[in-house]
Amino acid sequence: MSRADVAEQVRPVSPLWTFGLLRNELTTTFRRWRTLALLAVLAGVPILVGIAVKIETGDGSSPGGGGGGGPAFISQITNNGLFLVFTALAATLPFFLPMAVGVVAGDAIAGEANAGTLRYLLVAPAGRSRLLLTKYVTVVLFCLAATLVVAVSALTVGALLFPLGDLTTISGTRISFAEGLGRALLIALAVAASLIGVAALGLFVSTLTNSGIAAMATTVGLLITVQILDQIPQLHALQPYFFSHYWLSFADLMREPVYWDELAKNLGLQALYAAVFGSAAWARFTAKDITA
Amino acid sequence: MGEPSATEPEQGGAGAAAGEPVIATRGLTKRYRGGQLAVDGLDLTVPAGSVFGFLGPNGSGKTTTIRMLMGLIEPTSGTARVLGQPMPKATRAVLPHVGALIEGPALYGFLSGRDNLIRYDSADPAADPRTRRARVAAALDRVGLTAAAGKKAKAYSLGMKQRLGLAAALLRPRRLLVLDEPTNGLDPQGMREIRTLVRELASDGTTVFLSSHLLDEIEQVCTHAAVMARGRLITQGPVAELAAGARGRLVVTTPDPAEAARVLKEQGVADLAVTDDRVTGEPPDRDLAEVNAALVTAGVRVRGFTVERASLEDAFVALTGEGFDVAG
Repeated sequence: MSRADVAEQVRPVSPLWTFGLLRNELTTTFRRWRTLALLAVLAGVPILVGIAVKIETGDGSSPGGGGGGGPAFISQITNNGLFLVFTALAATLPFFLPMAVGVVAGDAIAGEANAGTLRYLLVAPAGRSRLLLTKYVTVVLFCLAATLVVAVSALTVGALLFPLGDLTTISGTRISFAEGLGRALLIALAVAASLIGVAALGLFVSTLTNSGIAAMATTVGLLITVQILDQIPQLHALQPYFFSHYWLSFADLMREPVYWDELAKNLGLQALYAAVFGSAAWARFTAKDITA
Repeated sequence: MGEPSATEPEQGGAGAAAGEPVIATRGLTKRYRGGQLAVDGLDLTVPAGSVFGFLGPNGSGKTTTIRMLMGLIEPTSGTARVLGQPMPKATRAVLPHVGALIEGPALYGFLSGRDNLIRYDSADPAADPRTRRARVAAALDRVGLTAAAGKKAKAYSLGMKQRLGLAAALLRPRRLLVLDEPTNGLDPQGMREIRTLVRELASDGTTVFLSSHLLDEIEQVCTHAAVMARGRLITQGPVAELAAGARGRLVVTTPDPAEAARVLKEQGVADLAVTDDRVTGEPPDRDLAEVNAALVTAGVRVRGFTVERASLEDAFVALTGEGFDVAG
């Protein structure tokens, strides 16, 4: 009888209201000083690269000493500012972008536990699965926002410092500037999708501890470890399973026609990481005693 | 639309009207992974409409119990029912009716007081977003934080944080309020305000579950109380009965304390203590009028002759055999 009582008093919940938490989570995350600082650092990378290239090529020579070193596409920036977008994404993807994602993902649950706010969210009651899903969606949206910040900053700097116009693909064909912009957007999306695995890994680590700092450090540490292991030839049998292994496949979007093989492998691998570590995070978080 | 049902908890809650307890645990036990037994076979019953004081030294298992009731910790064995439903299984149905302040407030320092409440309210899937701003404003007003609502929470004093935590518990009309040490960090004026608030809420029909280490606080506001020590429930019941369980002390005020003590001892008064002109002791089973007559007959000049009622603190010491110290 009492069961019916209480059930009766809980008003019918509008399914849309569940997004109230997500909206609040997004505004809370993006109002954090730390989030803004991470985005500012990311926005600063293209500015530095742009200025460096501009100074180095001021005497008419090409950057990277004739196209030898440096991140992908760097030698083409002086001809077309749009290439700064590709260069900046190539420069930030190995470390700056995943580090920023690792910080936000690692802090997602552990930071709330550390501050004690987790217990109040759960007795609100946010619901453990709902809260975890909200956190993951927020981290994935942060991946997208972080990538777009790099891309937009690079495009702005590129437009200010260098000429814009038609561009040449890796395959040697010419495409229009408009299509180049479209490719740039696709590349940004591919880069953002590349971070989904790190996001899931970070969220899982975040459910293991009550210290936000420990979770962030562990996630970033794993990121560096995997990147180092990916360079060791003896481990080549394992390397296709490292989340960072296909990251640079986004360059294939600059081929004509686009070479999809590694891009698809990358997306599949990221989905696998999201499934495995998402499930692990869920299993851990829904069974955890909240003592913080 | 569901607002009316939530504002009339007693009328709507037939379970409460039928005298069903708001909290009922049976053999509730929690053993932490280290093997430490935090709560041991707890049978707790909190009647509807009561202001229930939950007493015990630090480390006696109060907080673990509260966390199990709120679905934050899974019991090792035993059951807990809150508002008639099993916890932690029914958290989604039960917790929207429960406001809680657990182990002090926890706030987002970089958000204003108002935004902190908005965040907690949006975490509640049963809270209507259309009335959110109005309810947040009302909760802030209720705890006297309207003027500081726009300030960042990290600039709040401990007392203000405590008030904001209370406001979060009052965002919606509740059937049960769980307040863990609600007056911590408040000045005497703030403590009085909280006590008034608790009485107000109780008179509206909200059951209040109040943990505190301040015995006089419990005595002032609570109708019922339970005492925990070392993970076990020592006693529970109406406060008046608990205090009555401990015997009062006979106090004789006289300018002849030495003679008075001798006579009282003859009359069977045990545990005698003499301080200046006061002689105190455990009253004997015989009629106290005879004891007084014996004093007067012996020529003792009696200025005062009373039995001081036992306080809850006396009851507590009698029950636990210890002071109100940290359990080892």
